[in-house]
Parts: sequence; structure tokens; C-alpha cells
Amino acid sequence: MGYPHPSHPRETPVLSKYFGDAGARTLDGWRQRGGYEALQKALAMDPQEIQTVVKDSGLRGRGGAGFPTGMKWSFMKPDGKVHYLCCNGDESEPGTFKDREIMRWTPHGLVEGVALGAHAIYAETAYIYIRGEFTEAITQVNRAVEDAYAAGILGANAMGSGKRVDVHVHRGAGAYICGEETALMNSLEGRRGNPRIKPPFPAVAGLFGKPTTINNVETLTTVPYIVKNGAEWYKQFGRPDNPKSIGTKLFSVCGNISRPGNYEVALGFPFKEFLYDLCGGPLPGREIKAVIPGGSSVPILTREEAENAIMDYEGMVASGTMLGSGGVIVFDDRQCMVRQIARLTRFYAHESCAQCSQCREGTAWITRIMERIRDGQGTMEDLDTLLSIADNMSGKTICVLSDSCATPVVSGLKKFRHEFEAKIAANPSKVTVPGALRASAA
Amino acid sequence: MSHGPSASGGALVAAPPHGHHHDEPHEPVFVGETRAALDVILSRYPTKQAALLPALWMLQDARGWVSEKGIEEVAAVLEITPAYVKGVVSFYTMYHQHPVGRHFIQVCTTTPCNVCGAEDVVKSFLEHTGCGDLGLTSDDGKYTVIEVECLGACGFATPVMINNDFIESVTPESVPRILSELK
Amino acid sequence: MTDVKMVNLTIEGRPVTVPDGTSILEAAKTAGVLVPHYCYHPGLPVAGVCRMCLVEVEKFPKLAPACATTVMEGQVVHVHSPKALEARKGVLEFLLINHPLDCPICDQAGECELQDYAFAEGRADSRYREPKRFNPVEDFGGDVLYVQNRCILCTRCVRFMGDVAQEPVLNVSERGDRAFIGKAEGHDLTNPWAGNVIDLCPVGALLSKDFLNKARAWELDRAATVCTGCSQGCNAVAETRDNVPVRLKPRPNDAVNQYYMCEVGRQTYREFARRDRADQPMVRAGATLQVTEWDEAISAAARAVEGRRVVVVASPNLSNESLFLLERIIGQVNGQGVFRVGRGNSIPLPGATDLALREERAANASGARLLGFAEVPAIGAAVREGDALLIVGDALAEVSEAELAAASQLVFVGTTVPALVAKHATVVLPMTNTLEEEGTFTNLRGRVQRYLQARTAPGVARPTWYVLADLLTAVGGAGQFFVPNEVFAALAATHPKFAGLDYESLGLRGLPIVEQSPSVPAAEVTA
Repeated sequence: MGYPHPSHPRETPVLSKYFGDAGARTLDGWRQRGGYEALQKALAMDPQEIQTVVKDSGLRGRGGAGFPTGMKWSFMKPDGKVHYLCCNGDESEPGTFKDREIMRWTPHGLVEGVALGAHAIYAETAYIYIRGEFTEAITQVNRAVEDAYAAGILGANAMGSGKRVDVHVHRGAGAYICGEETALMNSLEGRRGNPRIKPPFPAVAGLFGKPTTINNVETLTTVPYIVKNGAEWYKQFGRPDNPKSIGTKLFSVCGNISRPGNYEVALGFPFKEFLYDLCGGPLPGREIKAVIPGGSSVPILTREEAENAIMDYEGMVASGTMLGSGGVIVFDDRQCMVRQIARLTRFYAHESCAQCSQCREGTAWITRIMERIRDGQGTMEDLDTLLSIADNMSGKTICVLSDSCATPVVSGLKKFRHEFEAKIAANPSKVTVPGALRASAA
Repeated sequence: MSHGPSASGGALVAAPPHGHHHDEPHEPVFVGETRAALDVILSRYPTKQAALLPALWMLQDARGWVSEKGIEEVAAVLEITPAYVKGVVSFYTMYHQHPVGRHFIQVCTTTPCNVCGAEDVVKSFLEHTGCGDLGLTSDDGKYTVIEVECLGACGFATPVMINNDFIESVTPESVPRILSELK
Repeated sequence: MTDVKMVNLTIEGRPVTVPDGTSILEAAKTAGVLVPHYCYHPGLPVAGVCRMCLVEVEKFPKLAPACATTVMEGQVVHVHSPKALEARKGVLEFLLINHPLDCPICDQAGECELQDYAFAEGRADSRYREPKRFNPVEDFGGDVLYVQNRCILCTRCVRFMGDVAQEPVLNVSERGDRAFIGKAEGHDLTNPWAGNVIDLCPVGALLSKDFLNKARAWELDRAATVCTGCSQGCNAVAETRDNVPVRLKPRPNDAVNQYYMCEVGRQTYREFARRDRADQPMVRAGATLQVTEWDEAISAAARAVEGRRVVVVASPNLSNESLFLLERIIGQVNGQGVFRVGRGNSIPLPGATDLALREERAANASGARLLGFAEVPAIGAAVREGDALLIVGDALAEVSEAELAAASQLVFVGTTVPALVAKHATVVLPMTNTLEEEGTFTNLRGRVQRYLQARTAPGVARPTWYVLADLLTAVGGAGQFFVPNEVFAALAATHPKFAGLDYESLGLRGLPIVEQSPSVPAAEVTA
């Protein structure tokens, strides 16, 4: 549903059906709504069976990377080792706010998905990592876990299956980078949230050195529906001519839009209709100027490009951007793109973990140049420098935070260069260092 | 010694005043019930170190901030070094390494909220709390206002956290009412 | 030959064969190719954070960090391709934007890896137009000063203290470009192995307070030596400026000290830099000692030990060569040889292999034992009324004046003339200290290691072995020795445990006196 707005008829509410429904948060309420049937069924299945169903369904990771979930799970074999499942609830990508809704409105849905996922990857222990700021979600999920234990759904004999499933909630403490899967594992281990070099991959050596799978909240919450209704049911959602993007997705719409909120549509939805019909288009008297369709780390689209885009993985790539986390940020004609891109690079500079030279220094440098241009002290030379820095920051680091910082600058310069040049043309002085000595300084 | 944000100016948060709090006495936190709660948490992980973030939360919930002595206590309880704990504390923005106002006000100003007027919300808070600037505590010790990065509620611009309370859809106009409802 | 799987690949056009599991960076070394790097160090766990070692591997979509990527069969690696060079140039630029222009006042200048790579592969200009980040200098305790501004956050120091010293007192604090190396209040770098972070630091961020502003790296002369602080026998480099010892640094040796040295050992340079030296031979004339010629002094020394019971007190810091000649002298006169070695607490470096500041605080107690000297807790007890005392190597520790006076003759061969010696000695022969001569020590594991001369001796002081060779002749012993390896050859011919060793085979890595088990095959370069 377009929570907090009423469901739009063109939405496909699967995960979002109970957003805003306080009754769905309790164990009984969840059961009444069909909850825990999938888990009961799954616990009686062989993990390989579950992996096959999920693989067949075409479900791809909903956190941003879009990696096929069934394939990710298939890396976990019955090797007799301790396995771990980590649920990534560290939602921090600007523009994305869907996992928070899942966790605070359907916590049992998440618990069910997590337990199911753990069983599917031969793990007895799962950790739900929730970012520290999501106090409501933490309270709700904690209570759901407690109630699930009390009801015997979790624990040594999950739902009477004879299998052990333990789920623990782990609170983050303020770091966007902990949403990166290897940084999340480090954070869980009580370390600084530094991403790790891969290989080794988490499925080989992950949390506490053991084979681990990390899945997003939305991904895991989707799994029970697939197990309950079957892979074929899930495959009905999507473009008929694009079997690579299957299912429904929550899109978090924010910024200068009439009806911001979370909308759940089938992948393959036309973006123009989505923005104007479901989300109400721009505010009265305003026009959309730019859209970032998948969280701040994906390239910016102009209005025209957005109006021609299709909302699935391949469709967004064809439009020169990515589906990412599905965080749709809308900029209208009032916004200065230079100012907003500068704010975005500042975000990345603030969140850099400081390991890689390019990211640690580059995010800060790029921000300083952007802010200088924003404040009317830029030069044309700066634009070349920005692109050069962006290139040096891309494809060379342990994780992609560095690339993500460069992306808005590159796409911003490509599509809104005139705004940068206008800022620079307005700069009367040739001196580029603020506060430097000038001949007639006061 | 002050290790504030880089000196290029335009810092997100003004460097908070680092008073010398080292000589203040530290009442142990991990005793009695709190210790018992920590023991439960410890049982969830195969290493003691993994309980570090939970332990730091317990310390901050008990004392309002994370002091050097608090760090020493956590280090001792988890059998790791104070330097290690400090490295972790300084990584995560939600742990305060100095006391803050009774109501710690965190306003999201990242781009999605920025285009919805988040900076005006910040100005409104600064004005109505009497805090001179970001990161400073008001004279009566009641408020500290800072900007934070994306709070994950972009569709409910502008979200504001006050201590552990998450308030959605704050406007500059709703600020006085919000403040008046704080204890 | 153990069956280790070998991998063949090509690096910079050169065929390389290395054991499976080797990193590209290490494999490149065997081909004589240096992949520029900062955070990587063979003694530390791999971090892969500096991103300097990015190389181009054919068929890989992205550049690979050579330190963290293992070799694969048939790989073709380019270290100096345009892409790799551009990436490194980029890293250097990023590292320099906040780096202060401190070279003129920075101790690291001349031995700075940032300078070296920036000069070789960096930009010729700076594109940075913003104010630089500024942080104050911090005293980390021990001998370590931390200049935050210069730090490139390679984290070698953090990994060393955490993994090798196993005392994690250093951390990375904060995030992004605000990050710096931090520590906890009251927990300083007082660990005796902490000084190694200064050597590990590729730039001038971690500096020795002791060495601060004393010399420029290019003013230093360097010679390979062996530390005399304890019986570990760490390989070291003696650095002198205008013939004055100013610093000792570790020299890598996998079999002994890997890459490290402790603070006790480093500080021994002060002893070698003393200026109150005995630099002329002296013979007693009544109440005073009078300077004389060497021949006369040697003759006087020979007369002093004739016809009496001679107690020869050797310093456990004498070389094998000197001890051997003393042994011969003891054989000629009616003598016995003793030594005393000071002891302290053993302080291991847990993450290294068989490395510690050893209890025995001298370099060659093992040599002394092997060459027939008896260890005694107190020198004085060995002296009987009327004995002649031949003290070689400043070995005056804990001998009381009364005990000295009990001896009828005192021949002192040393580097200084302490008051007691000035009062009681019959003959004083000035000798060189360890940095002024060539020789070998035997460490606690029986490893015989050479040390080379680092500075000229003061006045007319002579190498110890030279003085003893002359004295041996003067007391009727056989053998003529003109260079120290002739002495060593005689030693090896006499003592079976040293058989087969000579200076050439010892090289600068040393060899054990006990036969070694066969080792794993080293990497081969096949072209």
C-alpha cells in the first residue's frame, strides 16, 4: 500500500498489506492473517527443497544489489559446520525507508522470514541487525522474537520440528557503512564497521569465520509468501518479456512529490505512471526536474529519462541507472542540483569508514569542491578535477561507498552541467581559496 | 585534545566542547541486574567481543554518555583493551563521548529531507531551544541540537530523533509544540 | 622435498613459479618486480587498505590489490601498465592532499616511502585548492611521537601492536578524513617492542623522540651489525653521522628477529657513542698511568701475567674471535677464564617466532661458554690473593675495590678507564667497541652471526682480537693473525661445533652451529 496513503488500486500489496495495521504486530494477529503457516511448512521441508523453490521464484535481493536469492542460498551446503544467517536491517541508503515499515508493522513477518531463511541455509542461529536509530522497529522486533520464543516458534524445537532456530536482535549504533554485508558482520563481531576484502566470501568464511548468508529485510520477509504460495505464484508479477525481474517490490518515494510513502508494485511497472498516477506527481505549481530511482548511490535521471524508464532491474540499467534499493528521490524545479549533490557527497564523506585512501580522502575532497562551487567560489577547472577525482574513486576500493559518492557527481555533471556552470559564471573573483589574501582585502 | 571535524569549515556538527571529565568518579554500571542482562546478551554470541555494541548501549543508557572510565569498565568486563573499545566507540555516531543536553535533538538533513526544508527545521530548533549553535548544549542543560545523516524515514520528512524517540514529519512550525511536550 | 603445489604465472612479462597461496605482491618480488605498497608488510596480517598495490590482471574486470590477491595458474599481471600507473598516481594524489609540506622539517625525509613513490609515480603538481586538515602532535609514550597530520592511515602500527606485540593499545579513531591513530588515556606505548612502529611507519607520522631532529637520513652511514643488548642476537643496522653512532635499527632476518628490535637493544647505541674513551695504551709508573707505545704496553701486560695464577675475566659481549684468542692465552699461562652475565626479565614478542628480549643481557654468553669460559655469579669470588687479573671488555661489574686490590697485577683491556682501573691497573690497553670492529657472536640458539665495522676507533685503540693476538704472541703463543676471519678460521679448526663455518658462508644472515633440518624449497624464477 502507498503507506501512509491509502492503497492505490494499481499497487500489488503483498508485504505492505498490513502497513498501518496495529493488529498485525502481535503474534495472534499475525497468525490470524495467515502467519507462520509458511514456516511450519518449511521446517518440514529439506533445505535443498526450499532453496530450489526460492531459486525458481526468481527472487532477487531487495537491499540494492539484486543478487538472485536462491543462488546465494545455494552456496550454503550441508557441510556440518556452524552456519549463520544475518538479516540486514541497517537501512541507511538515503531515499530508502521500506525496511523500517516492514519491521515496525509486520515484525512477525520478518521473524518468520528469518527463521525460514535460517533453516534453508542450514543455520541454527540468525542475527537481525537493526540500525540503532530505528527504535520503534527494534522494540517491535524484540517483542516479536520474545513472543515467538514463548510460543515455541523459535528455540530448540522450532514449531515442534525438532530443529533449532535461534534469532537474536542486534542494535547498530549509527553507521551507514554497516549496511554493507561484510561491514555488518564486523559490526556484529564487536568491531569497527569496516568492510572486508572478498575473497573470502561470506558463504565460505563470514560471521565469526563461519559460512554466512546476509539477506535484506524485504528479501527475507518475501520468502514465506513464496514458500506458501509457490514459485509460480511469484512469477506472475513482472514483465512477460523480462523473466529476470520477478515479483513485487517496495518503492520508497520521497522528496518533492505529492504523496510520499512506500508503494508496492510488480516489477516492470512504468515509472511515469508510477510517479504521476500513484504518487500524485509534483506538488501544485511545480515540475519534476530530476529523479534518483534507487537510493542515492545510483545515477540521477532527468525528468524525461525518468518518464521513459521501467521499474525493474534491467529496465533501470537500460535507462543508464539502477533499481538499487528502490528509494525514489524526487527533485522539483525549485531545487539547486549543485546544492543537493553537494549535500549527498557530504553524506558519503561523513560515512566513509576511512580504510581506503581513495574513499577517505576523495569523499572529503569532492565535498569541499562541491561546496565551494555551491557557495559561488568555483572555477571551470574544478569541473575537470571533479570528474578526475570521481574516476580515481571508482572501481578501486574495498567496497563501493567510494563509487557511490562519485556517481551523483558524474551523473550530475553529465545531465545538469548548466547548473554548475551557472554557479561558476556567477563567481566574480578568480581566487579560489576562501579567505586567501587579496590585494584590496578589507 | 579536540579531534573535531576537518578544519575545512562547514562542518556538519560544530566540535563539541571536550571538557576534562576524567576526574569525575565512575559508578560501575555492570553490576546487579545490569550485569545479569549483559550475561544474557553474552550467551548469544560465541565471543565476548561481539557483545561490545550492546554493552556500550547499556553503558550509555545508564550514564547518558560514554566516558573514558566507562570505556575502561566495558573493556575489563569483555576482556578487550580500552584502546580497542575507544576505536569502536569513535566509529559509531550514536555513542556520545561527552555529556549532552537532557534532550538530544537529532535532525536529518540529508538530501531527501533537505529538499523538503530540513534545514529550516534545524534553524527552528536552534532558535526555540536557545542553543547557540549545532552541537552546543543550551545553558540550562536541557537541549543539544545536531544534524544527522539519513534517518531512514525519508517519506516522513523531516524526521527528528530526540534521545530514543523517533518523531516523523516535523515542520518548523511544529517545533515549539514538540519542545513543550518534552519533560 | 615436500609436495607443495606450485603455480606458474607471468608478471611484467617475466615467468614466475611460486607456491600456491602466494600473493601477487610476494610473487612479484621473486621476479625482481616491486609492487609499490604502504599497508602491506610481510610480518603483519594483510589489510589491503592503502590501495597502492593495485595491479592489472588480464581478464579481471577491476584492478586487483596485489597484496590480497593470490596467484592463479596462467595469470598475466601488469604492474606498470597505464591503468595501474594511473590508479597509483590517483592514490598518491589522495594521500598528499592533506599531507603537510613538512619534508624540510620531517625526520622521515630521505627514507620516506611517500616521497619515494610520489617522486617516481606521482603528479608533478597539486590540484588541491582547499584548506588542509590540521591535527596536533601527540606523545604516545615510550619513544614514540605521533604526528597526526602526516599519517596516511596504513594501520601498520595498529596491526603490529595488536597482532605481533599482542597488546592492542593503538586503534583507528573516528571515520572518514577525520580518522587518526588513537590510544586510550593512560595506556601508552611503554611495551619494549613498541618502538618498532616507528620503523614500520612508511612516513614521518610515527617518530622516535630519541632520534628527533638529530640527523638527516642521507647523512647517515650504515653498517650491518648484531645487537649486544641480550642473547637473542637481533640483526641490526648501526647508523652513524660523521662517525658518531646515532641510531640502531633492526635488519630483517627470518631466523632470528624477523623485522624487529626491542627498546633495550635500540638504546645500546648510546653506549657505543660514549666519548670518555680509553684511546691510548697506558702503563703504571708509580701512582699514575702513563701513556706509552703499544709494543711497550703489550710487553708490560705479558710480564704482568707471567709466573702467576691468572684469572681472565671476559665480557660476554666479546666476539667469538676475541674469546678464542683469550682461550689460547689462558692455555699459555697458568690461567682460568670466567665471565659474568647480567640478567633481566625475559620479554617476548608473542606474535613473532622465537623472539624475545632475553634474560641474558649480553650478546655472546653462548660463545663464552662454548669457548671454555665458566660462568660465575660474582667475579670477585674467583680472585685469590696474589693472582694476576686480566679483564677484557670492560667486565668490571660488581667487582669491589678490595677484590681488585687483592690481585697483584691488573691488566685491563677496555673501552673506558673507570676510576678503579685508573687507581689499580698495571696496564691499560684500549680496545674497540662492537661498532668499531668486525667479528662474530653466537646467540642463544647457537647461531653464529657476523657484525661489521660501523665507525673508526678513537685514538690508537685497536680491535680487541688484534690486541689479544699480540698479547698471545707476547706470552709465547703460536699463530699470526692479520684479519679477523683468520682468527675465525683458527677457531673453526679448533672447535668442532664451529667446523665448516667461515665468514663467506656466514654472510650477513649467520648460520647455526647445530646442523639445520632441510627447509622448504624457495620460490624459483625460471628465467
